[in-house]
This record gives sequence, structure tokens and C-alpha cells, in this order.
Amino acid sequence: MPSALKVDWRTSVAVTGTVLKLIAAAMAVPLVVALVYGDDLLVFGASILITLALGSALERFDPDPDLGPREALLLVAVVWIVVAVVGTIPYLLAGYGTESTVGLDFSSLGAFVGGIVNALFESTSGFTTTGATVLGEISTDRHSHALLMWRQLTQWLGGMGIIVLMVAILPELAVNGAQLVSAEAPGPQLQKLTPHIQETARVLWKVYFAFTVALAVLLALLGASGLAPNMDLFNAVAHAFSTMPTGGFSPQSESIAAFSAVVQWAIIPFMVVAGVNFGLFWHLLEGETREFLEDTEFRTYAGLVAALTGVLSVLLFTGVAPRLAIGGLTEGVAENSLRQAAFQIGSLMNSTGFATSDFAQWDQHGQVFLLAVMFVGGSAGSTGGGIKVIRWLIVLKVLKRELLHTSHPDAVQPIRLGGAVVDEEALRGIVAFSMLYLLLFGLGSVVIALDAARVGIELTALEAVGGSLATVGNIGPAFGRLGPFGSYLMLPDTTKLFMIFLMWVGRLEILPVLALFTGAFWRR
Amino acid sequence: MRVVIIGAGQVGESIAADLQHDHDVVVVENRDERADELTYALDVLTVSGDGTELSTLEDAGAADADMVLATTDDDETNIVACSTAKALSGSAFTIARIKNTKYLRTWERDEGAFGIDFMVCTNLLTAESIVRVVGLPAARDADVFANGRVQMAEFEVSEGSPIADQTVQEADRFDSLTFAAILRNGDVEIPSGDTCIKTGDRVVVIGSPRSVQQFARTLAPEVSPEKSAEVVVIGGSEIGYHVCRLLEERGLSPRLVEQDPDRARKLAEDLPETLVMESDATDMGFLEREHIGDADILVSTLDSDEKNLLECLLAERLGVERTVAVIDRTSYVDLFETVGVDVGLSPREVVAEEITRFTQSGSAENIAFIETDKAEVLEIELDDSSPLVGRTIRDAVGDLPEGVVIGAITRNKEFIVPRGDTELHPGDHVVVFVDAAVLDEAMETL
Repeated sequence: MPSALKVDWRTSVAVTGTVLKLIAAAMAVPLVVALVYGDDLLVFGASILITLALGSALERFDPDPDLGPREALLLVAVVWIVVAVVGTIPYLLAGYGTESTVGLDFSSLGAFVGGIVNALFESTSGFTTTGATVLGEISTDRHSHALLMWRQLTQWLGGMGIIVLMVAILPELAVNGAQLVSAEAPGPQLQKLTPHIQETARVLWKVYFAFTVALAVLLALLGASGLAPNMDLFNAVAHAFSTMPTGGFSPQSESIAAFSAVVQWAIIPFMVVAGVNFGLFWHLLEGETREFLEDTEFRTYAGLVAALTGVLSVLLFTGVAPRLAIGGLTEGVAENSLRQAAFQIGSLMNSTGFATSDFAQWDQHGQVFLLAVMFVGGSAGSTGGGIKVIRWLIVLKVLKRELLHTSHPDAVQPIRLGGAVVDEEALRGIVAFSMLYLLLFGLGSVVIALDAARVGIELTALEAVGGSLATVGNIGPAFGRLGPFGSYLMLPDTTKLFMIFLMWVGRLEILPVLALFTGAFWRR
Repeated sequence: MRVVIIGAGQVGESIAADLQHDHDVVVVENRDERADELTYALDVLTVSGDGTELSTLEDAGAADADMVLATTDDDETNIVACSTAKALSGSAFTIARIKNTKYLRTWERDEGAFGIDFMVCTNLLTAESIVRVVGLPAARDADVFANGRVQMAEFEVSEGSPIADQTVQEADRFDSLTFAAILRNGDVEIPSGDTCIKTGDRVVVIGSPRSVQQFARTLAPEVSPEKSAEVVVIGGSEIGYHVCRLLEERGLSPRLVEQDPDRARKLAEDLPETLVMESDATDMGFLEREHIGDADILVSTLDSDEKNLLECLLAERLGVERTVAVIDRTSYVDLFETVGVDVGLSPREVVAEEITRFTQSGSAENIAFIETDKAEVLEIELDDSSPLVGRTIRDAVGDLPEGVVIGAITRNKEFIVPRGDTELHPGDHVVVFVDAAVLDEAMETL
């Protein structure tokens, strides 16, 4: 009985079709790579055609889409599923008939389903900028340059947000754009930089684009100058594509550890920048240095990065890690301790997920420290995942107020952030989000551990807890076998599907997605 | 001078009483009986009628008046009365009494708005008076100028004070503070950088409220009001709000008790440094739980005099050192102070004093006396014809007799630190210290 529904889902589906056309256009990038390297040209030609066809078909659901607030919410949720599904096409086609773990395989039903689930996992992990992988052997010998570039590109598209990009490009979305952007963009509240949301979206993408280009050029120059022998143009672009969205994929099996120390140092500041509110850079461009430097969240974020790096450097210097094949010796080696600490903190705190040291082999207390770091998250309006610095700040202030209330029950104390009062409704949303996040993380750990045990895989506590946090927080690497140089491949399909759900929910910051599962959303 | 006063309430009457001997005063009052009463009580002419009506004002001779004061209890009436008087005679100087600061803010944006030449804000003035009582315990005398942007204070240098035996240059570590004078053995001395400050001296400083406060702290750190003074304000009325705001500006964190939840929330949002509590302030359980008895000062600004009295008496019994009550009925002040309130402040009295002072001080916007007659601190607004305009301070001071110090300048409501090369502009408000010995000579130039 469609009349009982109060949400016009056709509209949402139709706009999703338009988004698919955009994805098809984006596939031109790997197509160019395929042309250059002469590999998988057919795969991407076919992928573009299939995606275009799908997009056009979906668009027919509603020739004149008119998005209301609920349709906008539904659109955001649906777009992220559909895009992840479409993102599997290149993996499936390219892997057909090869040893690939993510390809189409008709040899048995189990292999067929397994391939599709793996492809969906890889695609979702890409778009949600998680960086957890099931690709198995990652190298240009096993996969084409074009496919690996597609894998990087999914992260770049998902980082600043597909919807934000849509709003920036399509004028018809501008009307309800604010609704769309706030449902997708990380952080508790929408920050409009300009009166027009379309302009705001453009500003964000421009800043994002500029940083990506800057990093790619820097890396390419390092490669050309001989400071990083194996950093060719392909690698430079590929790593820029996954650094700025706090993604974490790398076409190298050794992640950033495959490159020289100079490259690692060069990437650290860009990872840190990716966790900063991109709106702040706009203020900086406008010459408003004070807005930038005096932003409470920015200062806390920067302070946390510095403090945590300091602590971890000391831990590494005093021997929390053994001599590692990936990461080398840190005990008593100042430069390596500082570099590994800065890189791991820069990568894990804001959910990038690159690694230069195999921290899965560190002492337990070092791993637990990193686990705690993963809870922080980036800033609102950044590409980072997690709970986010601003929410932590506010939650801590709310807790402090509760403590005050026990001794002064009559005190009236509004919560302030950087001088501005945060209204009580926003506070409720933030506390609810943080609770849900922790709940999801906790339940997730249990489900992952039990489901793996069901098929006879006994996960360690750190593996189960880390796996849950790494997916819901869009971080990527966890610990143990799920560590930075490990893989999620061995997990059963059901666990992978559950993790896909966690990544999806985590990227859209839970509340808008979970609202879809309530009856009130659809009927009243 | 011909003065028309609109409204014969307590404020109007009090002003009329002060001015009756030296000026021709006409009082406009819409209650006939009250008008009659005043005719006999004071040496003034009364006109009964509506002060916002053109014909009434014409009857009162507002067309030839030098000054029109609107002092009724109603803000809007006062504004309209002043505008009407202005329409009648462009040359009359109009003064309006206002309770709500929102009108003051509008007027400050464009002085002369509403046809009002000077606005006296009851709530703000009362709050400022309360804060003067609360703050600066080390100061012997304190006064504010330029709507509170400049403060003058006189301090005694006690034995063991950190600035004793220092030169002025050493003691003056504050950007926006000027050492105007040193009073030693009854003489006024204008200090230079290497004048030595001795125990027993009294120093007069002029500067921003914050710098004066900081100076008070260095002077006597152990008795400074900063942080140590626990101030509790009862009642989140407009006056209570301004008291807290002004205390915050001076670096204190007062506590404010307000019963209405919405008002309490609003106050808590507007006053970041104040701890706002939502409670009935006469609830003994609350007072004990919050240890109100340990407070140094309790200010009661509730809406009724009786409640304020009760509150102060309760506080006194709990052990509060000083209590300040806002008392609406001027006649209650003495009574309340006899019963046990330490300081009673009547907003009406405060306003009447301010208006009287204003009418008496002529072109000077504000005036304070040092040691009764030793010297004066004046606030002067420079107009285009002032001989000081367009010159630097170093240059201008050369023309002025010895014994005159430019202590502070406000321009467009911003505090400016006077330095030798600061150029004076028309419209600047200049706060000057003038030795009484050269007062007449100085006033000619100023």
C-alpha cells in the first residue's frame, strides 16, 4: 500500500540515478590509466557503460525529482549503498577468470557469493574511506594499475562526500542542499560558509582538490628528485587520492613503508590536515587567520596530535616495538621513534589507516594505546571518521556539568564552545550519537567475535574489538591478523556483510541512517 | 537657566529640589493633586498635563527652555517627551531617564537619536554604583567616566606596598593606565617618570577599568577583590544582570540567583563567568546548601523592597559580611540601613544625583572631586572649535598650565591610551585631571 508511505522514495531513487552518471564520469580516471598501461581497458569501458545504463534507468523513476527533507535523508542513505554496489563492477569484471579474491567466479555458489561479498567489502571500504581490505595480494603484478587506481579513487570520491560533490555540481539539488550536506558531512552541525549551500559545497571541494593536487605534486617531485626512487607518478597520484580523504588504501602491499623516510615525513602533515575542518582553510584563504587559529576544535585537535605523538615517541624509544621487518628498529633510535609515532598517530587518530610500522606486532600496551587513539576521530567538516574531537569536547563538558550538578543542584550552566552557547537540543544529539557509536562498537565486537568463532576462526580480544572499531570508525587496519599488513579476507562472508553495514553506518554518522529503520520515518 | 522637568515622581521631585534655588524650574505632571502638592512644597512652577503633548509643553514654556528633563517612570513616555520638546525648541538640551538598556544602546549608536541629548540609564547607573561599592576595596575614591569606559581611582600607598619607593616609571606596568597625580602632605604633585612614590602618598590613576583593577591588585595583592571576593547577587533583574556583567569585566566570578527558569537560562548564556543558580533565594535550605553565608558581599536586586530587606537580613544572619540592597522607595533607604542592611541604594536617587550633577557641570560631561577640593577630574567632549583639536597631546599640554594631566581618551566609544604623539580629534572624550589651583586658567583653554 504505497499510499500509506509518507516518503516519496521514487524521488530519492531517481536522484541516485543522477549520482551514478557522475560515478560513471569518474571512471574515466582509471580508464585513462588503463589506456596508459594498456591493461583492463575493456573492463572500464564496460563498467562505464553499465553504470551509465543503470543511472539512466533509475532516473526514470521520477523525471522531475523534488526532494523533501525525508527524501533527502533517504537519498543520502541509498546513494551510499548504490554507489558501493556499482563500485564493485570493475572489481568483479577485472577479477573474472583470475585468481583475484574480488572477482566474479562461477565455479561454485560459495565462490560466487564470496567474490561478490569481497568486492562489495572492498568497494564499501573504499567509498567510506575505511581502508580495510580483502584484496589479498596487493601488487601491480596481480592487479592492473587501472583497477588499483579505481580503488584509490573510490576513497577520494567518498572523502569529501559524493553528495557534497553533487550539490556543488547540480543546481537542482541546491534547494534542499543544506539538508543533504548535513546528513552526509561529518560533524554534529552544518557549517555554512556562504549564504548559498552550493557555494559552500564548491569551496569545500576546491580546498580538498587543492590539497590533493599539492600532495600529488610534492610526492611526484620527491620521486623525480631521487629522494624516493619508487615514487612514480602513478604512486604519487594514488597516495594523494587516499591521504586527503583519510582513506588508507595503498597500491603497495607495504603501504607507506614501501617508500623512503622523506615520503613518510611528507605525508604526515597532509594526514594531519585531512583531519582538520576544511571550512577553516576557507577562513584562512579569506585572510581570517584568527578564525583559524582560535578555533577551539582545531586547537584541541592539534594539541592532541602533538601530545599523543610525544607519548608514543617515548614508548617507541623505550622499546614498545621489537625490531620489525616493516618499521625497523625504534628502540633508542630517535628519528625513527619520532617518525613512526607521528605517522601512526597522524594516521590512526583521524581514521586514515596508513601504516609505516607493523603495529600488530608491537607489545600489547602499545597496541592498547593505539586502540585508545582510534577513538578520537577527526574534526567536524573534515574527511576523518570516528566520534570527532568536537563531540568529545562537548561530551566532556556535559559530564563536567553533571559533576557540578551533584554538588550544586540549582546551578544553571549552558555549555559553551569557544564562547558560543551550544543549545540543549544539539547537546542531546551529540550525547546520543556518542552513546550509539559506543554501543555499535561494543555490540559490533561481540557479533564479529561470535560470528568468526561460528566458522572456527578464534579471534583475539584485540582483533575483535579492533575490527569493530576500525570499521565503524572508518579507520581500516586493526590488530593481529586484521592489522595494517594483514587482511580481512579470512573472515566469513556474514562477518564481512556485518562490517559493510558498520562502515556504511559509521560514514553517515549513524543517526540519519538509523532513522530510516524507524516506522515513524516512513509513515507519520 | 530655564529647566523643564517632566514627571513629578520621586526622581523629578528630587531634581527639582536640587535645582530650585539657582534655576527657573517648571515641573510638568499629569496628576493634578501631585502638581498642586509640588507647587507648595518647592519653589517651582507646576503645569498639569500630559508631558508628551505639544500644548502642555508649550504651556510649560519648553520653547524657551535651556534644558528639558524627562524623568517619568515610563521609558517610552520619556523618549516621546524629549522628542516633542526637541521639536518645539531645537536648542533645548534634552535629558531622558531610561530603565531599559536597549534604548541606551540605540542612543549610543547615534548620540542625539530620538532627539535626546543625554540619556541616563537607571538600571545601568544603579549597577555601576553597586559595583563601585563592591569593588576596589583598596581605593579611597573611585569614579567612572565615558559611560564606564574610563575609571579614575585614588589609592593610598600603605607601608610594605610593592610600589612604595618605586619610581612612577617602574610602578606603571599597565598599558592603559595613566598616573595623573600624587597627593603628598596635602599637596598635589604632577608626577614625571622618575618621581619616587613614597609610603603614605595617595596616587590618582586614570585608565580602563581593567587596568585600574589590575593596578589595585598589584598595590595590595592580599586584599584585592580579584577572585577572593565572593559576591552573590540575588535576583536576575536588569540591575542584577548589569552588576554581574560589570563584575565580570573586573575579573570576578559572581554567583547569581534567579527563580525563573527561562530567565536563569538566558542570564547563564549572557554571563559566561557567572555561576547562575535557579532557586528561590529565600529558601533556607538553598542558602545553606550553597554556603551563601560565606560570601563577602550579597547584593539583593529583587523586584520588591520588602523582599530585598528580608534577603539581606537572612544573609546577615547566615554570616555574609556586607549586604547591599536595591531600594525602590527612596524614603526606605535610611530605615533599611538602620535595621541592618549595610548599603541601601535607590535607583531613583542615583539617577537624580546623576542628572543634577550633569545640569551643574556645564559643558563638562562628567566631573569628580579629589579630596573634596584639591583637584577635579573632568570629562570633556572636544568640539570642532576646541583649541586642542588637531594637535598632539605633547603639543597641547604645552599650552595648558602646569597641574593638568590628560588621563584617558575615548574615541568612538573605544578606549585610547594617551601618548605624547596621540592626536586629538573632534568628538573625542578626554578625561583630564586638573589641580584646583589652576582650575580657572585651565578651563579657559579647555
